[in-house]
Amino acid sequence: MLSAEAIAQIDRELTKYPPEHRQSAVISALRIVQAEQGWLSQENITDVAEYLGIPPIRALEVATFYNMFELKPVGKYKITVCTNISCMLRDCASIVQHLEKRLGITFGETTPDGKFTLREGECMGCCGGAPLFHINNTDMYEFLTPEKVDEILEGLK
Amino acid sequence: MPQIEIDGIPVEVEHGISIIEAADKLGIPIPRFCYHKKLSVAANCRMCLVQVEKFAKPLPACATPVSDGMKIFTRSKAAVEAQKSVMEFLLINHPLDCPICDQGGECDLQDLAVAYGSTKSRYTEEKRVVVNKNIGPLIATDMTRCIQCTRCVRFLKEVGGLMELGMINRTEHAEITAYIGKSVESELSGNIIDLCPVGALTSKPFRYSARGWELERRPAIAPHDGLGSHIEVHVKNGRVMRVVPREKESINECWLSDRDRFSYEGVNSPDRLTKPLLRRGDQWVETDWQSALEFAASRIKDTIARHGPDQIGMLISPHSTMEEGFLLKKIAKGIGCGNIDHRLRRSDYRLDGNFQGTPWLGCNLTDINQLDRILLIGSILRNEHPLLAHRFRCAVKYNEAELSLINPLGQDFLAPVAHKVITSPDGMVEMLLQVLKAVSTLERRLLCLCLPPALTRVMETVEVSETARAIAASLAGYGKTYDLISPRVGVFLGNLAQHHPRYAELYTLAEAIASLNGAVFGVLSETNNRVGLNLARAMPRRGALNARTMLEQPRKTYVLFNVEPEFDCHNGKMAADAMAAAECVIALTSYKSEALRDADVLLPIAPFTETSGTYTSMEGRVQSFAAANRPLGECRPGWKVLRVLGNLLGLEGFDYESSEQVKDEVFEGEAPSKVVWNRLNNNLRVLFDIEIRPPSMKLQRIGDIPLYQTDGTVRRAPSLQAAGKNCIGYVSMNGKDIQSAGLKPGTLVRVSQGGESVELPLRQDDRLASGCARVPLGPSTARLGDLFGEIRVEAIR
Repeated sequence: MLSAEAIAQIDRELTKYPPEHRQSAVISALRIVQAEQGWLSQENITDVAEYLGIPPIRALEVATFYNMFELKPVGKYKITVCTNISCMLRDCASIVQHLEKRLGITFGETTPDGKFTLREGECMGCCGGAPLFHINNTDMYEFLTPEKVDEILEGLK
Repeated sequence: MPQIEIDGIPVEVEHGISIIEAADKLGIPIPRFCYHKKLSVAANCRMCLVQVEKFAKPLPACATPVSDGMKIFTRSKAAVEAQKSVMEFLLINHPLDCPICDQGGECDLQDLAVAYGSTKSRYTEEKRVVVNKNIGPLIATDMTRCIQCTRCVRFLKEVGGLMELGMINRTEHAEITAYIGKSVESELSGNIIDLCPVGALTSKPFRYSARGWELERRPAIAPHDGLGSHIEVHVKNGRVMRVVPREKESINECWLSDRDRFSYEGVNSPDRLTKPLLRRGDQWVETDWQSALEFAASRIKDTIARHGPDQIGMLISPHSTMEEGFLLKKIAKGIGCGNIDHRLRRSDYRLDGNFQGTPWLGCNLTDINQLDRILLIGSILRNEHPLLAHRFRCAVKYNEAELSLINPLGQDFLAPVAHKVITSPDGMVEMLLQVLKAVSTLERRLLCLCLPPALTRVMETVEVSETARAIAASLAGYGKTYDLISPRVGVFLGNLAQHHPRYAELYTLAEAIASLNGAVFGVLSETNNRVGLNLARAMPRRGALNARTMLEQPRKTYVLFNVEPEFDCHNGKMAADAMAAAECVIALTSYKSEALRDADVLLPIAPFTETSGTYTSMEGRVQSFAAANRPLGECRPGWKVLRVLGNLLGLEGFDYESSEQVKDEVFEGEAPSKVVWNRLNNNLRVLFDIEIRPPSMKLQRIGDIPLYQTDGTVRRAPSLQAAGKNCIGYVSMNGKDIQSAGLKPGTLVRVSQGGESVELPLRQDDRLASGCARVPLGPSTARLGDLFGEIRVEAIR
């Protein structure tokens, strides 16, 4: 079941589209549910599809297509580091190395306490701030240095 | 219109069509996998790349519209190179398992790889493997072979009406799948087997049993629903291996329903009767045709001598050919017996003698797509005529038709329904009366003056509900989004309406509503040949007994033609009891059946694949076909058996040498089209008197015929039975009724009707009219009483 808050937020998204095109809100709806639940379970996807009146497979297609949707549980903080060309040139490798060392996990893994998940990300379109990562798809941190990373992680504890 | 040039051939084409359509019209081959003329354009296989002058890059022919002066090269060096490169890409991940692939020999990829592929692969890396999916008992999957053309996805979404397959993940990981844990349940699902250009989706029942080139292909006509779809029966070593559609744009387009596609399994069933059987005490004894037929003839003569010909009742399956119906009628006439009928599941015969002609669809099948307003009464259309449901969906989707439904139960129509009424069987009559009243009070309609006074008087007694007013307004052309001054309107009666105990009233009201709206008025044909058997007059003589009264007033002797009494009649219990009580039951049948336990002689007759004959579809299309296969064992075509039976009874005029001669006599030497033109007519001589009944306080049964229970052949097709196993053996009621009866959904309850009772699981179905219990026909419920009638549902103590 979708929570009342999620439904309220999805309804707001729905106002952006003509009433006969409820499916247009599918990405937003999945995003809203993921923000609430941390990840998208099969049940969540079915619920979203049902609420929007689309076949569940249609919602699954979208959920599996975009890699910012998580189909398995992730840590409380999902850190997605960009490793594309601009960040690479600005030495994102040292950031990744530092994160891996500090958290004791590599890309795709979650810390045993369930707090952090590390992900490799693609260009986020903010090359001017390279190297960068974002946390939980929403909070972006730019011009990273190992010290700055420590500071950010401290703030998350 | 744009002038274009394809491979140097100048041609003028319609504006807006794609290059591939233009080339197809000219007969110029362009290789393709994802493009299909009946589906939307995806342009994801890239196989149809062609070179177009003034374009630097090759363009996909399926997704590029033609424009004036375009010069297209499909066989130029650049085009062929592009196509070859695409082929190389497609083959990177395609397994080289053609020798063990069921599609081998009829595979688009295989054929095109011969034309465009390289003899050697340059790819040395690991190929990808995709896990197979279980999508049901009809379709086998080998997903590693899939090239992601998405034809199956688009078919189920656009034609099937429900997107049951999709492509999840992306890039190299993309794969076609049903939703987690779901199977494909569309009644048209078999078509994705034909659509799949590779061996990823193949037919589960046909799998590993034959190669395409071993099969003899014989044209035939589908024997189940009223469309008369064109099929091709594939035979190997005298056994039907599979059935595929033959393209017929005006009937089945290039599709086929699963029932028509997989019912051939029934023909190969171990139940097939291959020798005449005679009853000796409790035993069945094999005998020869001569003695079996002589026995049958002597028993008929004996009954006539002792009790008179009126004590004989003849029931013929509505799936029989016109020739069979005609000959049985001729025998009945010859021996002076008027009791013959094919309308076995009908319960209301009050209109007999009141028809001006043979009821039919009232229009061509293709006209359905063009309708603007539709009123469909008493029909689970997707079960009854799966491909007709597709045409109705097309009308709604592409012609923006407004569809109104009046039904005792709900089925997802898979297209927007403008107005939906779910009400009890009696409520349907009243609802139609309300609609009629609402129509006649609309200002645009002045024709109401023509309604007979009796009808007008009854109309005054009902109060028009909001929904009825909305339906009437819709039919008159007032629309939800825009109004039409002169809408094309269709009013149709479905199978449920025809089984309805007040069919006469539904019919009258539907006709009145249709005529006030200047609408097409149609009766969907219950079976493949209901119209044909009506034309062949396989019906009771005036004053004689019909299919129901023949059972109500048991006869001494019954002749059954491909009838399993308890499964095929409106009241299974009454039918079974009548057979048990009869002195003699002569059964002409394709199958041994427990339902024929009371028969005295079983005469094996050929099923649809092994006989020649003629069906007339619901749109009045007379279609003859030849036998696709030799009769199994000693079984013989029905018309031959009836001919000899006629001879043995000493009747005149039974000297036919072919079924064509019988057909000529059916049509009295006239062209079939002329006879059909003269005889098809849905109008009543006199409108029937409508009675207003207070709503019944007793629980009413809604006995629908599930998709795969329609006739003996379908009931013996194991794959179809597996696919439809959830549609039988239950009773459902709506939530409120369940609660007020103190029952619990999911538990076993006792369902009793007509002195019989069975225990069935109770399901909650809120799309069912209140005061009704849906008990579909099925093996466990066949011996209950009327399909529509009072029923008791109680908890088991």
